[in-house]
Amino acid sequence: MPVMTYRQALRETLREELQRDPDVLLIGEEIGAFEGSYKITEGLLKEFGPRRVRDTPIAEEGFVGAAIGAAMLGLRPIVEIMTINFSLLALDQIVNHAAKIYGMFGGQTSVPLVIRTPGGGGQQLGATHSQNIELYYSFVPGLKVLAPSTPAEAAAMLRAAVRDDDPVLLLENLGLYNSRGQVPDTAEVAEIGRAAVVRPGRDLTLIGYSRMVSVALQVAERFAESGVEIEVVDLRSLRPLDRATLVESVRRTGCAVVAEDDWLTYGIGAEIAATIQEGAFDHLDAPVRRVAMAEVPLPYAKPLELAALPNVTDLATVVEQTLRATRRVGA
Amino acid sequence: MAESPVPGTTAEAEPGPIPDLPRKRRPRSRKPKAIDGTEPEQLLEYLRLMLLIRRFEERAAQAYTQARIGGYCHLNLGEEATVVGVTQAMEPTDYLFTNYREHGYALGRGIDPGRAMAELYGRTTGVSKGWGGSMHMFDAQARLMGGYGIVGGQLPLAVGAALAVSYRGSAEAVVCHMGDGTTNIGAFHESLNLASLWDLPVVFVVVNNQLGMGTSVEQSCAEPELHRRAAAYRMAGVRVDGTDVLAVRDAVREALCVARREQRPTLVEAVSSRLRGHSVVDPARYRTPQEADAAQREDPLPRFQHRLREAGVLDDRTLADLQSAVAAEVTRAAAFAEESPHPQVASLFDHTYATAVANESRRLPADALFDVEAPACQ
Ligand SMILES: Cc1ncc(C[n+]2csc(CCOP(=O)(O)OP(=O)(O)O)c2C)c(N)n1
Ligand SMILES: [Mg+2]
Repeated sequence: MPVMTYRQALRETLREELQRDPDVLLIGEEIGAFEGSYKITEGLLKEFGPRRVRDTPIAEEGFVGAAIGAAMLGLRPIVEIMTINFSLLALDQIVNHAAKIYGMFGGQTSVPLVIRTPGGGGQQLGATHSQNIELYYSFVPGLKVLAPSTPAEAAAMLRAAVRDDDPVLLLENLGLYNSRGQVPDTAEVAEIGRAAVVRPGRDLTLIGYSRMVSVALQVAERFAESGVEIEVVDLRSLRPLDRATLVESVRRTGCAVVAEDDWLTYGIGAEIAATIQEGAFDHLDAPVRRVAMAEVPLPYAKPLELAALPNVTDLATVVEQTLRATRRVGA
Repeated sequence: MAESPVPGTTAEAEPGPIPDLPRKRRPRSRKPKAIDGTEPEQLLEYLRLMLLIRRFEERAAQAYTQARIGGYCHLNLGEEATVVGVTQAMEPTDYLFTNYREHGYALGRGIDPGRAMAELYGRTTGVSKGWGGSMHMFDAQARLMGGYGIVGGQLPLAVGAALAVSYRGSAEAVVCHMGDGTTNIGAFHESLNLASLWDLPVVFVVVNNQLGMGTSVEQSCAEPELHRRAAAYRMAGVRVDGTDVLAVRDAVREALCVARREQRPTLVEAVSSRLRGHSVVDPARYRTPQEADAAQREDPLPRFQHRLREAGVLDDRTLADLQSAVAAEVTRAAAFAEESPHPQVASLFDHTYATAVANESRRLPADALFDVEAPACQ
């Protein structure tokens, strides 16, 4: 099983999918000669040419919409939006068109479209370039939203997204592009709509997605040293949301903490907490807590940015408090 | 609402005086003549379609005011020549994207009026199975790629369809319809730029009915000669009389030719007048009586009828026959819609995703997320 970065896993999968299916094409700003703002598409223009790897002007609404229209005629475009912040310029096409066309026309035409885009703060990019707004898309029926947390998941989910007949938003993460991990060479296709227990444990359920899964795993590792077994659940699919896996876990552990990189109020964690209280109310020994970004436009200055973003210490603190609240650990 | 028949639909009425044309009656020639190379049969077919759209829209307005139709209801009244000109210039294999003012385009593409009316009624037999309504008609076979309710939303999609055609190297072309007000939205400019930059076989048809809801072109467009906006994208732009079915057909046909032959986009602006309000409920108080009268004088139906009479193609008898035929067709369409079934509530979750997916939500408003009786996960 080769070890590679998240970036390499995405690139290799793009290459394989371009080779496998002549209807697959890449569309986006600076993905060709520039090889992608984050170099995901490095070498692909050279290998596949401008027909398959299409550079666009800076016109998110236009080229996302064009990809939707091409998908309606049976092509399978993979669009790169430089970062999720710029997807706001294409919000109308994603929400009012990609998500609606299948249902609104009575199931007569599907939209086999993939939108790849990274979220993530912590790069000192300031308020407009550091948002985690995947919630906007996770809110919308008709879209599927995937958030891979490892190189293996990135490959398997991208493959699933390309082969799916619905519009899929693949949430990448700036902070994960250089992360490394084993990627099976069996060309696995992820199942959309499924969460995964990535570390079993019986004392507390820690729930995250994308970058926060690795933060959660570090926290679990830390607690394991003192004999506390934390179960880590990777949401993987933000829409559809696998409520059953979450609730099943919390029913066993009796308490839960959600780790999210977005803002807390109305955020993804709010939906998770609501799900848990409805599905595991009688099993809860402590309130469900959420660890999330401070509710400010993310500042540029490093100490401020660091303070605003959730980290291992924040998560460990809240896990500790939650465990105490269950009165199962030393009072 | 009082249904005053619009000129051109009553069998008895002679077309009213038309100020732009010479008043002097020329002697009628006995033998029907072709007009600009279009054979009499074809001309009568255009007239039939225009009459059909007129009658269909009047019937839709009536059904709307009787609350048989919900939502918004935008009509093509006054735009029949443009609708017929555009749709009849297209090949059956060409793709059409429209805005929400689209009933006529569906009929022009050969969709059965019953299925179009049933969509307005929200029935399973409707073109979009009752999921779209007046603004969102789609028919794969007719290659009507959808009516779209968001102003400008259809433009990037049409560009993408043309990209797919170009990618595959096929001989089809794409027509994208919009209103004058739509030329001010960002998607218009991004789409024209992409279409020209990428050499795509798409024809943008701007129906300049001189109003976007209650706002005039002069009030909203810094360049009110809308065809000139194409120049910013090195695209050909032409303006035609949208009340002249043959002029519209020829302009769109030529543009489609260029699209197919040279893989170049064109913008065609067709100027006409909206005979009624923005939608059925709009009393159009922003129009002066003079403006409203001027719009009536732009009615394409009496104009075309007059022209056909002059060419000896149309007489009272033929007109009466056509009118009773379309009236019967629309009556049949309405009856079909009335009799068609409403969708079953059980079908509510049939069209969320094309590829079935784990954990798709199928809950109704009062459903619990988990089984409340036996707390096992659902
Ligand atoms: C993005 C957006 N903004 C506003 C509206 C509301 N609206 C519907 S039609 C319309 C006027 C459009 O005018 P025009 O493009 O000239 O088309 P027409 O209705 O005259 O055919 C407006 C403002 C909308 N549907 N979408
Ligand atoms: Mg208008």
